[in-house]
Amino acid sequence: MSELTIEIDVLRYRPEMDNEPFTQTFEVPYTAEMSILEALQYIKDHLDSTVSFRWSCRMAICGSCGLMVNSVPKLGCKAFLRDYYPQKISLEPLANFPIERDLVVVMDDFIKKLEEIKPYIIPEKEKCLSEGTYQQTPEQMAKFKQFSMCINCGLCYAACPQYALDNKFTGPAALALLARYNRDSRDNGEAERMKIVNQEEGVWGCTFVGYCSVVCPKDVDPAAAIQLLKVESSKDYLIGMFKPD
Amino acid sequence: MSKTTEKTYKRSHEPVFWGLFGAGGMLTAFLTPVMILITGLLIPLGIIDQHYFSYEKIHGFATTWYGSVIVLVLVALPFWHTLHRIFHALHDIGINRGRDWQQVICYGFAFAVSVFVFTLLLQMLTAPSLFGF
Ligand code: SF4
Ligand code: FES
Repeated sequence: MSELTIEIDVLRYRPEMDNEPFTQTFEVPYTAEMSILEALQYIKDHLDSTVSFRWSCRMAICGSCGLMVNSVPKLGCKAFLRDYYPQKISLEPLANFPIERDLVVVMDDFIKKLEEIKPYIIPEKEKCLSEGTYQQTPEQMAKFKQFSMCINCGLCYAACPQYALDNKFTGPAALALLARYNRDSRDNGEAERMKIVNQEEGVWGCTFVGYCSVVCPKDVDPAAAIQLLKVESSKDYLIGMFKPD
Repeated sequence: MSKTTEKTYKRSHEPVFWGLFGAGGMLTAFLTPVMILITGLLIPLGIIDQHYFSYEKIHGFATTWYGSVIVLVLVALPFWHTLHRIFHALHDIGINRGRDWQQVICYGFAFAVSVFVFTLLLQMLTAPSLFGF
């Protein structure tokens, strides 16, 4: 139908046959409504079936299609060719993660960090089902709702220069998730989680560059969560001086 | 799989330096431009009469107790701010050798300047006045 095409560079790496990553260029038919993810699917269906990339929902919900588009972390399904056309587009796997294959990265460290911050409600005392549900006012919910919108896409880790320098840093999404539970009125696990926050690798690894919040596709604003936690950590430090545990 | 043994957590002392950094940053952001405007533009251009900032006036201000506190805060906090930023910038540009020494030198310098200004002001406060105020 359309005669227009756009060039796309894809960083390829197949560990069993390539010594190092290399760039492969594809020419893909261009339409204004085509997403980067659709372009990759076109490549896989029509040009080279060996290209690997992750995706699932196609609607910015599952968080699996993160990649670097012209060196900026993006969701493939939420970035569109029209925003780059007629320039060439370069696609690379998410920065700061090891490459597993082509555009697929190893996310183990990210998942481990999400698990480590105790991402579940720790109630004051176990409540029996017969005691009914927890009640929460809109105000109580507003305190954490934004930080609960994360889809674990990892774009913020690809954006974070501190994580790039030292991946011991807990990082934006995990700290936003931590804030999400600490700020929940049903939760009573703050003391346990503050130990994680108070470390050098906790909030203090952050120097407030703020790029994580710029690239976040769900407006979670992890940088804000971290700054709020820095204030909490400072209060905790003061209390700790008078009441060492 | 994640281990079941509880990790040991080490508390960072960063809140102290972050507090000084934050306070110094506020001053630097809000007051430094004003001070530059006054001393660098308004006075040289004659918009503010320079006798308001004569040596005697400033000396008089710096030798009141509140004046000396203001001068100390205005000099020391931006120093803590700057040295904290330099300390972290060293890490950011990849100079990772001797972080302990970098810390001692950076914050030590800010501390030394604070003590120096403090002593100087104290000396001025307690010295017999030259101008008979
Ligand atoms: S905070 Fe935003 S960028 Fe980071 S993982 Fe969650 S949704 Fe993605
Ligand atoms: S495919 Fe699910 S977020 Fe893009």
